[in-house]
Amino acid sequence: MGIEYLNQERAPILEALEKMKAARLVPFDVPGHKRGRGNHELAEFLGQNCLDVDVNSMKMLDNLCHPVSVIRDAEKLAAQAFGAANSFFMVGGTTSSVQAMILSTVKPHEKIILPRNVHRSAINALILCGATPVYVNPQVDENLGISLGMKTSEVIDAMNKNPDARAVLVNNPTYYGICSDIENLTAAAHSHGMKLLADEAHGTQFYFSSKLPKSAMSVGADMAAVSVHKSGGSLTQSSLLLTGENINTGYVHQIINLTQSTSASYLLMSSLDISRRNLALHGEEIFSGVIELTEYARNEINSLGGYYAYGKELIDGDAVFDFDTTKLSICTLPIGLAGIEVYDILRDEYDIQLELGDIANVLAYISIGDRKKDIERLVSALADIKRNYRKDPSRLLKMEYIDPIVDATPKEAFYAQKKSLPLEETVGETAAEFLMCYPPGIPVLAPGERVTKEILDYIRYAKKKGCQITGPEDMTINRLQVIRDIGK
Amino acid sequence: MELWFTEQHTPNVRFSIKVDKQLFSENSEFQRVDIFDSAEFGRFLVLDGRIMLTEKDEFIYHEMITHVAMCVNPAIKKVLLVGGGDGGTARELLKYDTIEKIDLVEIDAVVVEACKKFIPQTAGCLDNPRVNIFIEDGLKFIRRVENEYDLIIVDSTDPFGPGEGLFTKEFYGNCSHALKADGIMVNQHENPYYQKDAVAMQRAHKRIVNSFLISRVYQCHIPTYPSGHWLFGFASKKLHPVEGVDFRRWKNLNLQTKYYNTKLHRGAFYLPSYVEKLLREVEEN
Ligand SMILES: Cc1ncc(COP(=O)(O)O)c(C=O)c1O
Repeated sequence: MGIEYLNQERAPILEALEKMKAARLVPFDVPGHKRGRGNHELAEFLGQNCLDVDVNSMKMLDNLCHPVSVIRDAEKLAAQAFGAANSFFMVGGTTSSVQAMILSTVKPHEKIILPRNVHRSAINALILCGATPVYVNPQVDENLGISLGMKTSEVIDAMNKNPDARAVLVNNPTYYGICSDIENLTAAAHSHGMKLLADEAHGTQFYFSSKLPKSAMSVGADMAAVSVHKSGGSLTQSSLLLTGENINTGYVHQIINLTQSTSASYLLMSSLDISRRNLALHGEEIFSGVIELTEYARNEINSLGGYYAYGKELIDGDAVFDFDTTKLSICTLPIGLAGIEVYDILRDEYDIQLELGDIANVLAYISIGDRKKDIERLVSALADIKRNYRKDPSRLLKMEYIDPIVDATPKEAFYAQKKSLPLEETVGETAAEFLMCYPPGIPVLAPGERVTKEILDYIRYAKKKGCQITGPEDMTINRLQVIRDIGK
Repeated sequence: MELWFTEQHTPNVRFSIKVDKQLFSENSEFQRVDIFDSAEFGRFLVLDGRIMLTEKDEFIYHEMITHVAMCVNPAIKKVLLVGGGDGGTARELLKYDTIEKIDLVEIDAVVVEACKKFIPQTAGCLDNPRVNIFIEDGLKFIRRVENEYDLIIVDSTDPFGPGEGLFTKEFYGNCSHALKADGIMVNQHENPYYQKDAVAMQRAHKRIVNSFLISRVYQCHIPTYPSGHWLFGFASKKLHPVEGVDFRRWKNLNLQTKYYNTKLHRGAFYLPSYVEKLLREVEEN
């Protein structure tokens, strides 16, 4: 296999699957549906093409747990395409990529610096490894009710105060498109001997467009978790973990194999391979199209009045160091409706499904697959909603950043002796469970944090407006588990 | 040699016309546009494999989508035509000297140009100074308009192609806003017979009922459309399509029509029981 073979126009996993199909193997291996013959309903529903390649690892297809041929080659191509030293194909969502980053860089009782508005997967990783979070408050835009990025000076401050921290995690960007100054944060982390980890669940496009904020790998970050399935076009649950020069890939592999399936799906892996090829060859053009479409939508929505679809004007060089213009986040407060209310109306009355609605915003995910005419539908529906549903805006709650009081590490809290209390009786207690709106899946309360009245008010309000609250064992969210005896 | 055009009405039903020759074919930005010539139906326009009009039977569709509303309110002056780039509906509207302006919003310039060239029977009128053509998505055009039109005619393709956005609540809601207080909206409403089309018809009806006080459905028979049985929607904030209508006034205009007449106008609102039931199902919830 020479240079010729490792070329972005190739797709090693796809090619190996084609060869495997042509070989017409008699399958005396798993999966037991045997190319769908044992499950006609499934074949009918998903299509024969799909079941023909729903196979398990074998010599000609390599093995994700120990890649030595086509998967290794596909990973090399992906690393090349994303400008990373190495890449790992991940089949457990970006959740698994985020967790692999954290588990690979911090050990029990070690510290990690991170903004509080991380995805639950990051805090879950802390429960798994027992590391201690050092939170840096994200700044908050009070008018929009969203948390922004971290101020560089505050992160450096945290580094100075916690020189023993091993890693810094940065959202690049947040769900809403906000970027911190990842370049300077990376340099600062390195000068403090810390690793810089980037949650790029919403940042695939940064790798393929000169018009968008900088990607983690381009500024020398150590690891990045990239949801190719979100903006890059691969199948749901597929993801990429990228690593830089100074990461021991053998160790990362061991960490991944702690929790990764030994039967990784070839549907997911081939979708990563095919998407990587498409992005490497056509990414610049594809994302130019996405940017143009989103800008168009933003202008049209802003010209309706009553909505604020924000963009680059938010940039302040610090907490909003940069903005991802492919994100269409729309503040709905001026028409007197919570974001989640607009989100629900769009789905129930207009057959339009958005990515998320929180108490102040809705987010439309614009990606590789969107069409102009669908944008017209969204804009027209927003115009109609404004006329038919508008209310007095003064009655809406705005989000405030609720500074967490940390009584215990996430792991201590999660494994502590617990008691279950009615939610309203938990003020002053230490939570042993998460409370969050999903999406975005950013914890309002994480295990180990003190319950406050503000937090409960926020949750009650979000619930009333229709947000889906998740986290506690009690699915009705009427009770919360707290730590039984905490020596405060 | 035999050359046949075939349209798939459902996965299990086909409708074919023997073709003499193909006159035009182009993939536009939005759809594939074909025009054929045939012995039985004359020239016919096909979008994405679906027959839009034939020279022989287009009069039925174009008369019925136009004259019902014009009879209900002869004072109509400003009309918005969404779709209808073939010109057939505009031709019928132009029969009324009282109409001052017809804004025709068609998404696909290729349809307009091809029809002008090959189907002058309908598109010949498109150069009339009373017709203003806008090449734009109707959904976008309408949301900027307020209290402007007396009549909006939605002469769209079916809800599974580029016309999809014209069967939505956001479109009907914006239409209602763009109409004057006594405005009328007429839309092509699909066939009630085949399952998939009937479901689309019901969805559209539900959306219209939500946006307009008065919403009625009427029917006609079109040989080349799926099932041959076609529906139109009549919606308004004020005017009823039959009650209180001065039919004599329309007769006195002495317009020449081949399908439409005032007796048929009344009768067209009497629907088969199963269609009534389909409509009732969505009106009630
Ligand atoms: C910021 C962030 N990180 C990580 C994830 C996890 O990704 P996945 O759902 O692919 O596991 C998400 C998912 O929404 C996210 O928003």
